[in-house]
Amino acid sequence: MSLNLRELSQRTQGLAPGHRACAGCGFPPVVRLLLAVAERPVVVVNATGCMEVVTTIYPYSAWPVPYLHNAFENAAATASGVEAAIKALRRRGQLDTDFKVVAIGGDGGTYDIGLQSLSGALERGHDLLYICYNNEAYMNTGIQRSSATPQGARTTTSPVGTAQRGKPQPRKDLTEIVVAHGIPYAAQASVSHWADLGRKLQKALRISGPTFVNVLTPCPPGWDYPPEKTVEVARLAVESRYWPLYEVEGGRYRITYVPREPVPVRAFLEVQGRFRHLLQDEAAVADLQRWVDANWERLRARKAKDH
Amino acid sequence: MKTVATRRVALTGNEAVALAWKQIRPHVVAAYPITPATQIVERFSQYVADGEVDTEFIPVESEHSALSACVGAAAAGARVLTATASQGLALMHEILYVASGLRLPIVMNVGTRALSAPINIHGDHSDVMGSRDAGWVQMFARTVQEAYDRTILAVRVAERARLPVMVCLDGFTLTHSLEPVEVYPDEAVQAFLGEGPRDGSSLLGEEPITVGPLALPDSYMEFRRALAEAHARALRILEEETEAFHVHFGRDLPALLEPFGMEDAEESVVILGAYADVVEEAVRRWRERGRRLGMVRLVVFRPFPAEELRRVLARTSEVVVLERADTLSGLGGPLAVEVRAALYDLAERPRLTDAIFGLGGRELRDAELDAFLEAGPRGRVVYLGLKEAGDVPEPA
Repeated sequence: MSLNLRELSQRTQGLAPGHRACAGCGFPPVVRLLLAVAERPVVVVNATGCMEVVTTIYPYSAWPVPYLHNAFENAAATASGVEAAIKALRRRGQLDTDFKVVAIGGDGGTYDIGLQSLSGALERGHDLLYICYNNEAYMNTGIQRSSATPQGARTTTSPVGTAQRGKPQPRKDLTEIVVAHGIPYAAQASVSHWADLGRKLQKALRISGPTFVNVLTPCPPGWDYPPEKTVEVARLAVESRYWPLYEVEGGRYRITYVPREPVPVRAFLEVQGRFRHLLQDEAAVADLQRWVDANWERLRARKAKDH
Repeated sequence: MKTVATRRVALTGNEAVALAWKQIRPHVVAAYPITPATQIVERFSQYVADGEVDTEFIPVESEHSALSACVGAAAAGARVLTATASQGLALMHEILYVASGLRLPIVMNVGTRALSAPINIHGDHSDVMGSRDAGWVQMFARTVQEAYDRTILAVRVAERARLPVMVCLDGFTLTHSLEPVEVYPDEAVQAFLGEGPRDGSSLLGEEPITVGPLALPDSYMEFRRALAEAHARALRILEEETEAFHVHFGRDLPALLEPFGMEDAEESVVILGAYADVVEEAVRRWRERGRRLGMVRLVVFRPFPAEELRRVLARTSEVVVLERADTLSGLGGPLAVEVRAALYDLAERPRLTDAIFGLGGRELRDAELDAFLEAGPRGRVVYLGLKEAGDVPEPA
């Protein structure tokens, strides 16, 4: 399936202009792409977080589709309820439209406080797509660490001091936790690779049952880089194999983009401020590189086992 | 007055609620099992498994998710039910406010129970009292029959008031007691309730709408004020819908409160829930001995029927509140605090004694109640049925 950007841009109202997302924010392109590739009407359930805060300030809303926000940790459970209601209402002839339910949460609402609710919804097998827009920290509350924050990154709750230099722990591999639920489709994507992201969203929307897409959406204030560099920063995450693009369909792994000449992770670290303190520490950079390489090899091995 | 053909069956409180659920035919039920409300969901899932009701049943992974799913389904325009108790209700606490703030007509049965620690699975009212300010209508059943009736009634009240409603059954005292219940035919229940709340203005209506936005200081207070006004209106809605229930089913339920022997009472006992039966018997005993004692059983705690309560208590000089929860404030339990506040505006206020009893499932014995009533009111807070009986214990 091929996607034409010009065509897609005409197929969607997207998010209304005037929302309060920061310049260069990573998630608006994800929403625009989602609404462009959706072939049937979608209803969006959103966890508390940047996206909810900047798009729904009463009495305004940037959403051209039905939108529901409940709380921080329960987007997946709330979406389960919406999906069940759609089924029941349609069965009794009280609803004609066949909506697809899409839940969206940030890494805080997904990796951390929302993990139980996500796991429950995946296990129960609801027909819904869950998108995690992952900017690797709790951004709208002032850049605190999450379990998606990478090792060494500076946040306001994993600061750089004399006794500790950034976050001590590596990030949680949420995509693999999701895959372990045995759902029909799970993927990792990045805003830098829009066609790959669009295809994954489209596929996830078409498959019935729970599907999951984890999208890397860099954050200019949180990661400390100029707003115009979001796509470049995201691309370096992929080209350095820091954020591999892959999908798992029916248990089968496929790496959807293999960097021809992978760049060292240092190139990704250098374009942002949250790792600035690490750049003089060769050992720490080498540690991160080893972690990236090991992750990549593990992913390749999983893929190899399939064939 | 139409009277529907009823069938008399023996049911526990939980079974009666599950039967009401089946007859209500909700679009969605999302629930997580917890003592003493577990059997409501067990029995109902059997109805689903047997194809007796076409509800989407979501066996969620926590009470927090149960109410979250109910919020999603109700926002989508579905008729939604759930049940919980104790720690489960506490875990739902955050979402209780979302449900009322979004004005969603969710109906929840609570098998009322103590809260940890120490862990205790038995009945009192600590759990529901912890939810008293969450914006839910709270009704308390006195009998299994009432638990059944009020669950059906609650659906109409919730949908008309656009407020979530709790129907509380004293844990074990009602949830597990077997009583004869007059059961209505399914069609009569469905005729009373109609199709459900879905209309064109719901989340999935004609125009896409945003539900649950962020409200800044320029608008938040108006939303909260509107919720308070909805509660003020809910008292009248409760009265009207209780009358509609009477007309439809032929059963005359008290709407807001239920007085007994209050016509000439000089002293009165105020109570919530199933122990009204025990108190009513005591009132009978004492009246036979010539004491002018009466009882007021409150049916709703939220909204609080202050005006009606003032009216019925105004002629008594002594009020004794008997309740199964405490505020730990030294001012007594939540019921006494509210009754006292309601009476404050009277020119001549009765003296009020708060007797806290039955915490964690301790039974209130006739002899204890009689001894307490014999001693006469004291105008303070006492714990009834403590092993070392007495007033509020001094800290060690």
